[in-house]
Amino acid sequence: MTSNWDLITSSLGPIISGAITGTIPLTLASFVLGLFLALVMALMRISTNKVLSTIARLYISVIRGTPLLVQLFVIFYGLPSIGVKLDPWPSAIIAFSLNVGGYAAEVIRAAILSVPKGQWEAAHMIGMPHVQSLVRIILPQAARVSVPPLSNTFISLVKDTSLASLILVTELFRQAQQVAAFSQEFMILYLEAAVVYWVICLVLSSAQSLLEKRLDRYVAH
Amino acid sequence: MLPTNNDAAPVLSVRGLKKSFGSNTVLNGIDLDVPRGKVVALIGPSGSGKTTVLRSLNGLETPDGGTVTVGEVSLDFGGSVTKKQLATLSNRSAMVFQQYNLFPHMSVLQNVIEGPLKVQRRPRAEVIAEAEKLLDRVGLLEKRDAFPFELSGGQQQRVGIVRALALKPQLLLFDEPTSALDPELVGDVLAVIKELADEGWTMVVVTHELVFARQTADEVIFMDGGVVVERGPAQEILRAPKMPRTQLFVQRLLHDI
Repeated sequence: MTSNWDLITSSLGPIISGAITGTIPLTLASFVLGLFLALVMALMRISTNKVLSTIARLYISVIRGTPLLVQLFVIFYGLPSIGVKLDPWPSAIIAFSLNVGGYAAEVIRAAILSVPKGQWEAAHMIGMPHVQSLVRIILPQAARVSVPPLSNTFISLVKDTSLASLILVTELFRQAQQVAAFSQEFMILYLEAAVVYWVICLVLSSAQSLLEKRLDRYVAH
Repeated sequence: MLPTNNDAAPVLSVRGLKKSFGSNTVLNGIDLDVPRGKVVALIGPSGSGKTTVLRSLNGLETPDGGTVTVGEVSLDFGGSVTKKQLATLSNRSAMVFQQYNLFPHMSVLQNVIEGPLKVQRRPRAEVIAEAEKLLDRVGLLEKRDAFPFELSGGQQQRVGIVRALALKPQLLLFDEPTSALDPELVGDVLAVIKELADEGWTMVVVTHELVFARQTADEVIFMDGGVVVERGPAQEILRAPKMPRTQLFVQRLLHDI
């Protein structure tokens, strides 16, 4: 029992450091890039330009219709065969951003379309050009609607980054794996990793509630 | 506060305005002149095209043909019209919407200053001072930091009017400004519009409030089926319409009152 406890406490260091230097920055970088990509894809999808909307539709369909692990492997193990060799970190960030881009695009598209047409008209009436209307009037309202589904995407992403261990990124799960391989205590180490993921997601869930409250302040209850 | 211009030409002049949605012709050659400081009321059954006329003046619809002149800007929709030209035309006028369309994520004051500050790029202090003055006028200064959802419909619409005034337009457009209001709130909003009329603003008002039209408008235009059926001084059109369609419409509406 004592040795188990020692193992837990001594492995907590590497696991948490894996979270801080691997899981968390990987998640944040991928989410920010992914959101930006998603916004572009959502706007292309809404656009009346047939070519743009078809490209976006195809992209979203491919991303949602193929496993994340396969996307990750194509980028890290597949691309070198056509001469594109990427390190683990950039490969992981690209794969996860592309993935978030596909899922969040649909969320953002729906959120933009949920803003009443009268808001575009009022923005136009006060003289705003299209892009300014989008940025100052439409997106702030769309943001409120999209926080709950985007939080789901974000929380999924935290857990999905564990796949990066398979392309040698040193993150939370890979640290747990290494200690487990060394100590042969798989049950303890993997449960410990699970608990750390869970704690991260609990923190994110409460951040989500706070954000929702803040964005809800201008809506009648 | 009123834009000063001694030019005697009409502020708004429309010739042969045409608009179709698919095979449905909504406007079939509308002519309209509004001299400076005058109020024109557009009345007619729903689907008559009156709202489309208004929206065409503010760039919310692009007509298929005809010319629109607001102040010194004139556009011929028979030819090709660029976005920039359309913006120049629509920036001459400001619209008050039936459903208010206030920006829900902004406070009352932010709603009013958004256009002057972020679009017209006028100095912040000046814009805020003007906005507060206008809000005070309609009795809503103490609501400057409230969000739209905290206001009654009548208060929201008065903010909508102030938002339009703050843009300093040459022409004010009202699209059924009281149709979405509870009956007891209509009076306050109409009073504000009447005050603006008395003050000399040039306005086009689409309305179902015939009593208001009679008291406020200089000219009443009755539209039906995308054409002007009858037009004339408010008293004349509403008391003794000549055309049978106008008679029927006026009788029906006045019976409701």
